[in-house]
Amino acid sequence: MTEIPVWAAILVGLFALIGSLLTFIGCMGLARFDSFYQRIHAPTLGTSFGAIFVLAASIIYFSVSGQRLAVHEVLIVIFVSLTTPVTLMLLARAALYRDRAEGNGNVPAAALGKDTVVKAADDL
Amino acid sequence: MMRQILPYPLLSLGMLILWLLLQQSLGLGQILLGSVVALFAGRALAALQPEQPRIRRPFKIIHLMGLVAVDVLWSNLAVARIVLQGRHRKQTAGFLLLPLELRDRSALAILACIITATPGSAWLEYDAVRGTVLIHVLDLVDDQEWIDTIKHRYERLLLEIFQ
Amino acid sequence: MSETILFWTIMVSQFLLAGSMIAATSRMIRGPRAQDRILALDAFYVAAMLMLVLFGIRVGTSVYFEAALVIGVLGFVSTVALAKFLMRGEVIE
Repeated sequence: MTEIPVWAAILVGLFALIGSLLTFIGCMGLARFDSFYQRIHAPTLGTSFGAIFVLAASIIYFSVSGQRLAVHEVLIVIFVSLTTPVTLMLLARAALYRDRAEGNGNVPAAALGKDTVVKAADDL
Repeated sequence: MMRQILPYPLLSLGMLILWLLLQQSLGLGQILLGSVVALFAGRALAALQPEQPRIRRPFKIIHLMGLVAVDVLWSNLAVARIVLQGRHRKQTAGFLLLPLELRDRSALAILACIITATPGSAWLEYDAVRGTVLIHVLDLVDDQEWIDTIKHRYERLLLEIFQ
Repeated sequence: MSETILFWTIMVSQFLLAGSMIAATSRMIRGPRAQDRILALDAFYVAAMLMLVLFGIRVGTSVYFEAALVIGVLGFVSTVALAKFLMRGEVIE
């Protein structure tokens, strides 16, 4: 570890702590919530501001210790914030599809005439 | 002529910026190499012939991004509180069927990303025939409040930007 | 002084991230459905990525950044592939 000024160390430590705490709370929610549709909200904590704070800590540390601006962590922020909604939406639709196909009663029915699988499941 | 070389100027600019970020340098060689990559990326996307979105007011996008950043921060705190309360809290999660006026596909995609990226709400399914969307909300106390928030905060801005 | 601050804060943060990985793993084991396990895998990937970034700060090299980027890409691709598989691969009929 190279020596950096105290203010930078405090800032880096604080940001790392806040970010990892948010990620931890998100994963705790993942373990605690009762249904899948509640659990799908939990990981977004880690991927939004959890990741942003940890990567901001990394940007500050490498910029101060290397004496030059190190901003390639921004890439990860952009990438994570663009891809997470896509994966979560796909997963949610897959879950909805499976729950309807099995006829689990706790999800709203599909729009009429759009999904024939639901009708087939009702007939059983 | 300009359209043939640079069919998607914004995408090419974004690719160039990404390249320079990844290389961590602003040297002339990297800028040239990045420009070549960006040009080819633009041409490659043009070969796929995607639907070209019409952006009427580009500067409203910055306004939208700021709004989303603030909302995501607040809902981070709200969801963190819900998780920490644990099992003592009564169940308030629920599904919500939301009518939308937005029809532009790119605008819908952006709205879906915003809603899913915000902790506490998730976009589940869009019905193109009826123009409704199914959303799951973690803290659903008042249906109408959520409908108003989404329609007035995001949909109105997106309508201004795209239509 | 600054070294002590960094050492302890980064260590506590790493413990928190390790805790989140454990929580995600417990959900992965408990399930109950395939979609829960995939969701937990996605959260696990993100926590592992952030853990690598913190390792980079701790050791003082930016080599770990590349590893974090690769994990981010892999996590996205694998989650999308698995979700797609759930849609069409394992349908009850």
